[in-house]
Amino acid sequence: MSTDTAEKEIALKESEALLSKRRKKLVTDPLVDDNPITIQVLGICSALAVTTQMQPTLVMALSVIFVMVMANLSISLLRNKIPTRVRIIVQLAVVASLVTLVNEVLQAFAYDMYKELSVFVGLIITNCIVMGRLEAYALGNKPYDSVLDGFGSALGYSWIILTVAFFRELWGSGSLFGIPIFDGISSLFGGDFQLATNGLMVSPVGAFIILGLLIWVQRTKTGYVEH
Amino acid sequence: MQQSNAYIITFSIILTVVLGLLLSGTAEVLKPIQKKAEELDTKKQILGAVMPAEKIDAMKPDEINSFYQSRISSKVVNIDGEEVEEQDGAQVTAETIDVGKNYKKDPEDRLYPVFIFHEEGNVDAVASYIFPVYGNGLWDNIWGYLALQTNMETIEGITFSHAGETPGLGARITSTDVQERYKEKSIFNESGELVSVVMQKGEGKDYSGEPHKVDGLSGATITAEGVNKMLKSYLEHYKAYIEKNKEGASGMALN
Repeated sequence: MSTDTAEKEIALKESEALLSKRRKKLVTDPLVDDNPITIQVLGICSALAVTTQMQPTLVMALSVIFVMVMANLSISLLRNKIPTRVRIIVQLAVVASLVTLVNEVLQAFAYDMYKELSVFVGLIITNCIVMGRLEAYALGNKPYDSVLDGFGSALGYSWIILTVAFFRELWGSGSLFGIPIFDGISSLFGGDFQLATNGLMVSPVGAFIILGLLIWVQRTKTGYVEH
Repeated sequence: MQQSNAYIITFSIILTVVLGLLLSGTAEVLKPIQKKAEELDTKKQILGAVMPAEKIDAMKPDEINSFYQSRISSKVVNIDGEEVEEQDGAQVTAETIDVGKNYKKDPEDRLYPVFIFHEEGNVDAVASYIFPVYGNGLWDNIWGYLALQTNMETIEGITFSHAGETPGLGARITSTDVQERYKEKSIFNESGELVSVVMQKGEGKDYSGEPHKVDGLSGATITAEGVNKMLKSYLEHYKAYIEKNKEGASGMALN
């Protein structure tokens, strides 16, 4: 009997559309309603550290997306083989290996980024979002769903840090992706007009302020309250 | 599900071996590319001492390589300022000398690379001399390239790099506005003694009238002290070479 129903369930799931409503939710939920940074308040350390400029932030975001998707996939594939008693170590080993891979690739193909980011890329290992998704989702779900879940969470993380970086670089250094914006605006109005940059935005304090404002705006909109 | 110890151990061993192979495999494959990137970065740092950073950033890797080729010549000297061409039977070139490795040796036994920035195609038309420097910051090693004008006294420019200084504090030594502070400063005092250039404590004061002092780094006193020590010690090591090549020194008189 029990094997019967199990088989039926599998058959049911296999017929599910590649991007069914449930699966879309896996990706979209962490973007706003269940955002790892603004709602769960995870992964704050790197959100503060790398977000002074857009470019390193983008590299960091891409690295996190890669690590999370691959880690969720590998752990999910192994989920029935991983001994429960050592599962945290196994997760850590997988994540650490992926992060080392990212670091090696950066060192080879984007040496400037590597110099700037290698410390923070290393810290992806301890990024609570990664381990959190492995433990909470990948260990108990199928590979494809886990990939979507990892992608969604990483995307949720990415857009927040990119938003923070946008304001920090614009207000702190007067530029975006290293292209001077403030100077351009100033020159439109002639020599006397000068837009001042805010040094506070360059320091971690600036990230706290932007992040706080973001969380405030978002929670006002979604009506999320912490209990 | 409760697994046996044997299962757990086997699983761990297999996982370790698989991950180990994967990582060492990638490292091996990427090594030549990483080495190239590192060499290019070193060239950028050397050129950074004599050129504005924006100009270097705008150049493509090939352009940097060919520019370096045509404008920089190099030699290796010892502590007495004598040129060294081989050591222990092996040829030495400035580019292959690991300043960090040499740093661990006794100053007398070290080899000191000198990079000479010259006019295009004319090795004798020296524009400036670039000396690598190496030392300790707060957390890890710091290093850099110091360019002196042909009078061997005035600083043409300087670049610093670091392995692990605190971002926003000590790591600021890599920023151009900090490095700009060293420009036009002088390493010898009026009586001809080597005094180097010293980064002061505190930040925000104007040292433009003082040839041996530069503004400090607020919150990064130990890194700044490391920079001072590094400059002072390496200038001492290069002193013999510097004295020999001063404009109007004995070498010129012979001509």
